[in-house]
Amino acid sequence: MAPSKPQQSSEYKTSPAPFPLLQSSSLALSPFKQWVQKGTPWIWFNAGAVAICLLMVLGLLGFIAVKGAAHFWPKDIMSLVYEEPGKDAKALLGEVQSRETISRQRLQESGVDVSNSNQEFFQRLQLKVGNRDITGLDFVWVVDDFTQKKNYPLDAVMIERREWGNFYGFIEQIIQDGQPIAAPMDDLLVQLQPLLQRANQLQDQIHDIEVGDMGRINYQLEQLRLKQKRLQLDGQNTPQNLAQIAQQQQQLEQQYTELHQQLSQLSAQAERDQVTVKTISGVSKTFSLAKLVAVYQPNTFSGWQKIGFYFSKLAEFVSEQPREANTEGGIFPAIFGTVVMVLLMSMLVTPFGVIAAVYLHEYAKQGLLTRIVRISVNNLAGVPSIVYGVFGLGFFVYFLGGSLDQLFYPEAQPAPVFGTPGLLWASLTLALLTVPVVIVSTEEGLSRIPKSLREGSLALGATQFETLCRVVLPMASSAMMTGLILAIARAAGEVAPLMLVGVVKLAPSLPIDLNAPFIHLDRKLMHLGFHIYDVGFQSPNVEAARPLVYATAFLLVSIIATLNLSAVMLRNRLREKYKNLEN
Amino acid sequence: MTQSAIFHTEDVSRLSERPKLLISQRQQTLRKLKDHLARGLIHIGGIAVIFAITLIFAYLIYEVIPLFKKPSLTPVQTLVLSGHTQTSFSLLTDERAQVAAVMGRQGQLQFWQLQPQPLLMSEQLIAAQQMAADPELDRRFAFYDDGKLAIAEIEFKNQYDQSGALQVKPQLIKPYGEAPLLLADAGTVLQSLTFRDTSNAVWAIGQVSAQQLKVQSWKKQISPFGGQVSLRADRQLTLSPSVDAIQNVLLSGDARWLYVISPTQGMEVFDLKSNPVQLYAKVELDSGRITASQFLLGGFSLILGNEQGQIQQWMPVRDDNNHYRFSKVREFSLHQQAITELRPEYRRKGFIAADLAGYVGYFNTTAEVELFKQPLHAGPIELMALTPRGDQLWLMDGGKVQGYKIDNEHPEVSWKSLWSKIWYEGYDHAQYLWQSSASSNDFEPKFSLMPLAFGTLKASFYTMLMAIPLALCGAIFTAYFMAPTLRTKVKPTIELMAALPTVILGFLAGLWLAPLVEQQLPGIVLMLVSTPIVILLSAYLYTRLPESWRQRIPDGWQPLLLIPSIILSVVISMTLSDPMQVWFFDGDMRKWLTQDLGIGFDQRNSLVVAFAMGFAAIPVIFSIAEDAIFAVPKHLTFGSLALGATSWQTLVRVVLPTASPGIFSAMMIGFGRAVGETMIVLMATGNTPIMDMNIFEGFRTLAANIAVEMPETEVDSSHFRVLFLAALVLLSFTFVVNTTAELVRQRLREKYGSL
Repeated sequence: MAPSKPQQSSEYKTSPAPFPLLQSSSLALSPFKQWVQKGTPWIWFNAGAVAICLLMVLGLLGFIAVKGAAHFWPKDIMSLVYEEPGKDAKALLGEVQSRETISRQRLQESGVDVSNSNQEFFQRLQLKVGNRDITGLDFVWVVDDFTQKKNYPLDAVMIERREWGNFYGFIEQIIQDGQPIAAPMDDLLVQLQPLLQRANQLQDQIHDIEVGDMGRINYQLEQLRLKQKRLQLDGQNTPQNLAQIAQQQQQLEQQYTELHQQLSQLSAQAERDQVTVKTISGVSKTFSLAKLVAVYQPNTFSGWQKIGFYFSKLAEFVSEQPREANTEGGIFPAIFGTVVMVLLMSMLVTPFGVIAAVYLHEYAKQGLLTRIVRISVNNLAGVPSIVYGVFGLGFFVYFLGGSLDQLFYPEAQPAPVFGTPGLLWASLTLALLTVPVVIVSTEEGLSRIPKSLREGSLALGATQFETLCRVVLPMASSAMMTGLILAIARAAGEVAPLMLVGVVKLAPSLPIDLNAPFIHLDRKLMHLGFHIYDVGFQSPNVEAARPLVYATAFLLVSIIATLNLSAVMLRNRLREKYKNLEN
Repeated sequence: MTQSAIFHTEDVSRLSERPKLLISQRQQTLRKLKDHLARGLIHIGGIAVIFAITLIFAYLIYEVIPLFKKPSLTPVQTLVLSGHTQTSFSLLTDERAQVAAVMGRQGQLQFWQLQPQPLLMSEQLIAAQQMAADPELDRRFAFYDDGKLAIAEIEFKNQYDQSGALQVKPQLIKPYGEAPLLLADAGTVLQSLTFRDTSNAVWAIGQVSAQQLKVQSWKKQISPFGGQVSLRADRQLTLSPSVDAIQNVLLSGDARWLYVISPTQGMEVFDLKSNPVQLYAKVELDSGRITASQFLLGGFSLILGNEQGQIQQWMPVRDDNNHYRFSKVREFSLHQQAITELRPEYRRKGFIAADLAGYVGYFNTTAEVELFKQPLHAGPIELMALTPRGDQLWLMDGGKVQGYKIDNEHPEVSWKSLWSKIWYEGYDHAQYLWQSSASSNDFEPKFSLMPLAFGTLKASFYTMLMAIPLALCGAIFTAYFMAPTLRTKVKPTIELMAALPTVILGFLAGLWLAPLVEQQLPGIVLMLVSTPIVILLSAYLYTRLPESWRQRIPDGWQPLLLIPSIILSVVISMTLSDPMQVWFFDGDMRKWLTQDLGIGFDQRNSLVVAFAMGFAAIPVIFSIAEDAIFAVPKHLTFGSLALGATSWQTLVRVVLPTASPGIFSAMMIGFGRAVGETMIVLMATGNTPIMDMNIFEGFRTLAANIAVEMPETEVDSSHFRVLFLAALVLLSFTFVVNTTAELVRQRLREKYGSL
């Protein structure tokens, strides 16, 4: 695909080439006027547009990458004394999140008294001071000019907690089983780590029991309740059947009670040790180790430790459950939900898209009707995605789902099973949304296959189907792959329709688990794109959650960019492959 | 298509594995069968997919159609209430019209069972010289007799018997106890009585004569034990209207406006909130003799019927000085006969009117529509009752009642209420408004799609303003001037922009760009101006470079040369931003805009959306336009160049005209993309449905509106269907735009083919 360059290289440079159209005037013109008359400024103008577009793409990708990837890098903890004019001095401890220049006017408006200073601009720091349970705010802005005694105390700790966000302060004392541990001050953290590890292991066990075993029992109990109701509806609620159900119920409840006891024992064990910490303003707090996730002293980190910290945080981010209304912890359920939905969608969209393309290109009579259909299919790729969402909600959820519920799940009434947004409907809606992409791409692949190949196969006596299966489709397979990849990329990034047909802020359970029938098509799911929207715009603490949203955005962009680039490469390979066949 | 003998070659490899040269008859038929089966399946599959796609259109239309269905009235049954002869004051039914209550003018209350057959259930007599029903809760009555007032309410209790069948048990209850309330001196005879039960007080107005009204209010007191409500006398007034006759006295829902309506002399309005109470306004009604008057739901608008069969809606309108004037909002006409009865709906802003000739009309005021109008009776209708759900109408004359089923799901939506200015209650002029829900029951839904359509177009307009120059100029350079090696890198990179999830663009626009624009507004404006200048400047400086330097740079690589100057321009603009705020705008440009120029500024505004949506629209326009320009046959350009035209002349006079249909279709498709974009506008604007072209203010688009409101609306309600309509509008609009673009593009392709 080498585009021939239309202009000669020297043409719009300064050397006066023969321009019959301009000759009479151009000879008399100054170089500048000549330059303008030849249209060179406009060419540069167009070049500028390309440069701006390129900068936009690369700048945006770079911006997301930097912001997203920087989220996990450990920041040093700064301690400072802040004294605003006319206010008492206070000690602050936290991570510097950002800095900005602010004009005197704005600073005055934000309530800082700067009348004694004649500076026009001030530097402002945003500190993440954490300790939300004590101060009520995660972040404070301080004017750099009013700070004193900035330093990075080595013994400052950052504590990740299960509730209330981070804590910044100093360790005072560790209490093991009611007894304070006697250790020198700078050794306390080393003493604390094994105890914390133990508490975390116990917490993991508790979580496994709560979500795994107890979740399974609850699920089975619910199934039994529905079974009982079903029997009643079918008129088969014989004492025998009922007794059987009651027995199973009793068994499960007994198991549940046992687990419950086990759980309270584990909780008591996890609560065994405490740590007493002190904020920089001198407030002492004692936390049970069960309430803590991790304790760090980032100011003591060496370079390698920082890298280690970075990757452990990254791993945590992609593999753990979210905490604190999604603003902390990981995004595993969102990744899982996105993947499951996209896989299900691919399974639906590939066969139908390919069949439709084959029909349009190989079987349908080429005429006005197929032309109209082809244009419509093409157009549907440009129909706003929210329209598909509305259709999905109305037709799939309320109409199909409602009918399914009435037919097959009378026992669950009035609670809907399929008559409410869920995984199946989300995948179906997205499949409908992306089917034009697959059709268009496959058709393009089919039209690139030279007619002579088909004719050759038919001339050798193969049936049309045999020609299709053994000659045409294998050759078009990379086009199909391209279509599928583009469809997946589009589906993974789409949010608007999903908001209507099955994506939620926080799904109580994953759409695939160990309870039969393993894949729960009726469950609601979490999604990376919606996660970004929800955490960025609807969470109670947007400021604190923002780095996490950047990280999520980075993950999503990388997935989609990779998918798209691989589609482009596949397409190019395909074009190369058939180029010689065409001639 | 199959031949009887198959020759094997290496190409058809699987077949060639067979040792035999000929295939048996059985295998032949099997293959044929397979082929037919596959053909059938592919036909079915292909048609099914195409059908599924058209289903979207069909289903959206199916959901929207009920909005525009003409309401219908079907007679259900005629019943004779044998034994009922006296003239009646009021007819009421329960939700399902199983039981009716007939209140006689002399205080005889009869409960009739209507279904399955008419049967007198019970009867009682309440002493009453005058009676009045509350305009809102018309089951609640005030009975006046000999200076004293009694308040009673008819209650239809739903009970289920053993078999699960619904039994309606009507009864008369006294909501405020048995103690009579004093309205006038003993022995006073009233001409008429007006009664209004508001949330915290009860009002009664007795008309002693046309010139004397006795107004009395009682405050509601709720006992802390058991919630029993009792009444305590509060205000007592005597008003003297200056009219010679009174048609009706009405008290507004907030108990502020007392309307004294005279048949011929207009209307006098008293402000009961003022002290002392005085005449607030005298309103000329400029119509014939008033024969019926009533409030609409909510007690805010009055509907007045006159003897020419016209019905007018009047309401108080507040002007800028907080002064009210009483305006006629709209007018309906029934038939040429005098209106005898007006019945407002219980849950919607509609009413039923009847006239002397027995014509009955059903109107909705919000939508300004006449839903139906039919003669239902010979001669005047004595009484009318609507069921609370508004799905049945019962007419009564003498002892005969006639029931009708009304099929009228969405009266508040009409073509006019969707696309025209409507004068809503509480507003001082007709306007386009979108306000789909509110907390109160008597809320008037405002379903004008205009602000949303306007917002959609505003968003796309500013986006196009940003995207078209960049995308088209970029496409021209990439297709026509750029070095081929660079082109193969640049094109996919810009196209990658199209794949960026819009939720990420929206997030960045809303949480990063919007605050940045707000704080660095002068810098952003400067950047928009300085960048083109810097580009031109760099281009000119380039010509000043020594020839030997320029020789080293291959042709068509200008964009890369420009990148540093553009970055420099942006950096300089942003660093100058803060000083500029101080020099020119007193430290804060935003404040300067709003205070000195009076231009509103929202943090999440159209400028931010234009930037963010530019990312979505640029790659689409760029890609298609670039293809179109690149596909212009090379012999055309070579011809032009050979004739001595400069490459710019060739571009403007030869390439662009040839590619113009493709460029047009690129812009159309980019426009279609901008129109339907949801997440960016949802996140980067304030989503306020205002109609204002100001670039520093927000808007609400059709798509964002659907995303916000769809999950919360009640299934099959008018709101639900209007949102489906919004989706249908979006679908049709983008479909038309895209089809036009596609047709233009196909024509272009054919043209190139012939060249």
